[in-house]
Amino acid sequence: MSDGLTPPSPRSPAELFAAFNALALQGFGGVLPVAQRELVDRRGWLTRQQFVEALSVGQVLPGPNIVNMALMIGDRFFGWRGAVAALAGLLLAPLAIVLALAMLYARFGSEPMVAGAIRGMGAVAAGLIFAMGIRLAPTLKNNPLPLALCAAAVLATWGIVGFARVPMAWVVLGIGGAMVGVAWWRLGHKR
Amino acid sequence: MAFAGADWWALFGHFLAMSMLAIGGAVAVAPEIHRYVVDQRGWVDDTQFSASIALAQAAPGPNLLFVPVLGHAIAGLPGALVALAGILIPSTTLALAASRWGEKRRETRGVRAFVAGMAPVTIGLLLSAGTVLAVPQARVPAAWLLVAATIVLSVKTRVGPVWLIAAGAVVGAAGWV
Repeated sequence: MSDGLTPPSPRSPAELFAAFNALALQGFGGVLPVAQRELVDRRGWLTRQQFVEALSVGQVLPGPNIVNMALMIGDRFFGWRGAVAALAGLLLAPLAIVLALAMLYARFGSEPMVAGAIRGMGAVAAGLIFAMGIRLAPTLKNNPLPLALCAAAVLATWGIVGFARVPMAWVVLGIGGAMVGVAWWRLGHKR
Repeated sequence: MAFAGADWWALFGHFLAMSMLAIGGAVAVAPEIHRYVVDQRGWVDDTQFSASIALAQAAPGPNLLFVPVLGHAIAGLPGALVALAGILIPSTTLALAASRWGEKRRETRGVRAFVAGMAPVTIGLLLSAGTVLAVPQARVPAAWLLVAATIVLSVKTRVGPVWLIAAGAVVGAAGWV
């Protein structure tokens, strides 16, 4: 990282707060793409490689990727104070906005036009979440597990959680545990 | 709806547990949250649940903000804060503790097996979340059309989600879904 030139980095936790605040407020329907543009391309605090690494570590952990990433990036620069600043920047302003919307909805949600608009937005939200799953599906081609097994796990999870409404912990432990076990076994054989 | 002391702990405890299960993001646990707060507890109905996710998607910021919106629908402003604290505390604590540990071991067999094995489950959970949101609208064929059109536009084009949400609001306000 230090090759003679000092790479740009935030000067204070306040600057981290401001940066995450700005990217959160630009992120409609997901913050990650904006995060890459802001942190890597515009401010240069992270290289593309570091960004992808932070993302992959964030994915291993439970919790939303972007929250985990904000914590790790903040922590890297200013320890726990940086982590708190980044997280607060990411969440505070959007939280205020979305709660204001929720209060408006609680007040006017029974108006037929508002109720209709929310129903329409709900249908679109469902479509957006399906699309997120569909867009991720091609990444399974690079999975060390056979594609057919991955497809079976996707369909089984979908059927059991989405339609049979079985408590999710059992599915994550059962199907997830089995898949992790098979992946562990296959990765051992490849080496 | 009377929300007693035990209910607060149940609400907080539920989101604490969801935080640890949310591998692949908060939306991946939406089906489980729905099962608990709508089917089991009856704290909110399908309409309020789906409105919470729709509002969070329509506003800027991370999608996880549907959690405090749902908390608000359940028990007002304190409910919002309790739900948000619940979904954040375990995962952020773990993320801070584990980030250095994980960064060093990213290439080890155990971590790679975990990522590889969980990937199909995460995709299945996202499809489940879409299903849980779409099914209550099943009475109206036009709603299915709207869901399908969103999927096609979102996968095939680069149109931003905020425009799709806005279009959904217009179609809904016109009374078509």
